[in-house]
Amino acid sequence: MRLALASGRHRLCVCVLLLVCLLSGRSAMAAPFEDTIAQRVLACTGCHGQDGRAVGDAYFPRIAGKPAGYLFNQLRNFRDGKRAYSLMTGMVALLNDDYLREIAHYFSSLDLPYPAPFAAQLSADTTDMAVTLVTRGDPDRKLAACTACHGAALTGVLPSVPGLLGLPRDYINAQLGAWKSGQRHAAEPDCMAHVARVLTTNEVSAVSAWLFAQPLPANTHAVPIGALARATGVRSACGSAPELRAATP
Amino acid sequence: MNRARRIGAAVTLALVVAAGLWWAWLSDGMQATPAAGARSVVADLVGKGAYLARAGNCMLCHTRRGGDTYAGGLAIETPFGTVYSSNLTPDRATGIGTWTPVDFWRAMHEGRSKDGRLLYPAFPYTSFTQITQDDADALFAYLRSVPAVTHANRPHALRWPYDSQVALAAWRTLYFEPKAFQPDPAQDAAWNRGAYLVRGLGHCSACHTPRNLLGAVNDSQDLYGGPMPMQNWYAPSLVLSSEAGLGKWRTADIVRLLQTGVSASASVSGPMAEVVLHSTQYLSEPDLQAMAIYLKSLPQVEPAPSTAAAAAGSAASPQGADIYDKNCASCHGDDGQGVPGAYPALAGNRAVLMANTANMVQVVLHGGFSPATKGNPRPFGMPPYKLELDDRAVAAVLTHIRSSWGNQGTAVTELAVVRYRDAAMR
Repeated sequence: MRLALASGRHRLCVCVLLLVCLLSGRSAMAAPFEDTIAQRVLACTGCHGQDGRAVGDAYFPRIAGKPAGYLFNQLRNFRDGKRAYSLMTGMVALLNDDYLREIAHYFSSLDLPYPAPFAAQLSADTTDMAVTLVTRGDPDRKLAACTACHGAALTGVLPSVPGLLGLPRDYINAQLGAWKSGQRHAAEPDCMAHVARVLTTNEVSAVSAWLFAQPLPANTHAVPIGALARATGVRSACGSAPELRAATP
Repeated sequence: MNRARRIGAAVTLALVVAAGLWWAWLSDGMQATPAAGARSVVADLVGKGAYLARAGNCMLCHTRRGGDTYAGGLAIETPFGTVYSSNLTPDRATGIGTWTPVDFWRAMHEGRSKDGRLLYPAFPYTSFTQITQDDADALFAYLRSVPAVTHANRPHALRWPYDSQVALAAWRTLYFEPKAFQPDPAQDAAWNRGAYLVRGLGHCSACHTPRNLLGAVNDSQDLYGGPMPMQNWYAPSLVLSSEAGLGKWRTADIVRLLQTGVSASASVSGPMAEVVLHSTQYLSEPDLQAMAIYLKSLPQVEPAPSTAAAAAGSAASPQGADIYDKNCASCHGDDGQGVPGAYPALAGNRAVLMANTANMVQVVLHGGFSPATKGNPRPFGMPPYKLELDDRAVAAVLTHIRSSWGNQGTAVTELAVVRYRDAAMR
C-alpha cells in the first residue's frame, strides 16, 4: 500500500515536472554565451550566488565586493591547503596566481546591494557580550576588538581585510571553529588564529549571531587603511594584512 | 664591524667548501667533465635535469599540497596501504644530500635506495628503468640545485604482508626487471624519442595500463586503460578508438591537448589535468610531437560491437531531461553541442560515452576548471553539483546525456554515483 502510494506520488511529481518543462520551454534558463570573465567564473556562482552575492542564511559566504587582496589570499589558501574545504580546493587546484588574482579582482569589483539582515532575537546578555568584544575586545586577554582591524563599520579595510557583515551565521561560526581547531590558516603571524583560540564557544556564538543580525551601513564598501589610524586598543600583527602594522596607533 | 667580517668570512668559507664538494661530487659522478667551461656545463646539466623533472612530473608526487617543493610527504593511497613520497631535496639529514649520481641512477634504474632497500613501485621505477644514465645524471644535478629542506620522510603505512621487503622482493621477481630503453631501428628518431618519453619518464602506463591484483601493470595490455582505484578516476585507453585512442587524431591536436589542456574536441580533467598542469605544458614542441607520433602509432583496437542491450535510452527519465535543462543546458547547449573553446560538447563525446562512468560522475559532483596553462591561461569552469543533486539525480542526468542527441551509452545507476561522492582532493 505504502509502495503504491509512493510510486503514485512519484508519478504525480513526474507529471508536474513534465508540465513545468513544457510550459517553461527548454532554453528558458540559457543566457547567451559571451567570452567574459563573468562567464569564465560562472561556476563560482553555483554556491556563492548570482554575481557572487550569496544571500540568506545558507552556508556559503558572499564574495561580491570583498577586498580583492582578501579574496586572492583565500583562493590561494584553498589551493595550497591552508584552508580545508575540499570542494573549493578542487575548484582552484589547477589555477595559477595570475588567474586567481583576476578572479579576485572581478568579484571584488562587483558593487551590488545587500539584502536586509535577518531579524534575530538576541538576549540582552548576548548583545552586551557581542558589542563589547566587537567594539572593545578584551585587553586582558590580548584580544583586539573586531573593529580595530575590520573597520569601525565592520565593512572591511582595503586591500586585505574582509567585512564581517552580510555573512551567514553558520559560516562565521565555522571559520572561527576552523581557526581554533587548526583547519584554517592564514599567513603568519596568524592573528585570527590567536583570536579564535582565545574566544570561548559562547563568545563565538554571541559574536556570530550579533554580526549576522546587523544591518549594513549606508556605505557598504571596505574603507581605506587611513580610516583605521584613529583606532585605539590592541591589535595583533597579521601576516595576511601587513599594512595594518603600519597603521597601528 | 668585526662581527660582520667574521660572518662574511664564514659565508665565504662555506661557499668555497660547497663549491669544492660540488666539484668533487661532479667529477666523481661524471669522470669526463671538461675543465674549461665547467660552469656552463653544470648549468646546462641542471637545465636539462629541470626539463626532465617536468617530463617525469617528479614534483607532483614529491610535494605535499602547500608544502616545500620536492620535500616529499605526500600521501599516496594504494590498494595495499599508504605510501608517503620522499624528500628529494639536497638536505643531508632528511633528503638525498648524501647521495651520489650512482645512487640516484640505481634508484631510477633498479628501484633500490642508497642503502640497498627495495623501493615500492608507487615510485614508478618500472617505467623509469628505461631512462638513460645521462638523463638520470642530469635529473640528479637538477635535484642537487633545488633548495635543501629539512623534512623527515614519513614511514609508509602499508598492510601486512605488503610492508615487508621479502614480499616486495617476490613481487619484483615476478614483475620487474631493470631494462634500458631499446630504440627500434625500423622507426625514425621522432618515434623513438616519443617512445622513450611515453614509456620512460612520462610513465603513462602507471595510470593508462590496467593493473593486476598485485598492482603490477600488464605489459601485454600496454596503455589499454584502467581504473585508478584509489583516486576514483578512470584512465581511458590510449589504444581503443572508443576511448582516448589517438590513431585518428591529428598530431597537432594531440600536441595542443598536452600543451594547453584543451583541444578542438577534448579537454583534460582529473589526474590528467594535473599531468598537463605540472608536466606536459612545459615540454618542447618537438618532444610533444614525438610523443604524439608514438601514441598515434600504437596498434588501435576497435571496440567490440555493443551487445549491451541496456542502452541508456530505455532508462532515460523525464527527471534527467529536466535536470539537464535546469543545470547543464545554459553552457552545454540544448542539444549537447557545447561552446567551442569554452564548454565541451556532450553529443558524440567519447569521454561521455565510455563504459566506465567514473570520470563523468566525478566531473558532475565536483566540477572544476581546466588547468590554467600558458596556452589556456584563463580556463572556463564547471560548478560542483555535489550539494545540489543527490545520487539519483546525478544518475538520471548522466543517463539522459548518454542517451540523447544520438548518444548511445549505457544507463548510469545510483550505485555508480554513490562511491564517488566522498572522493576528496588529496
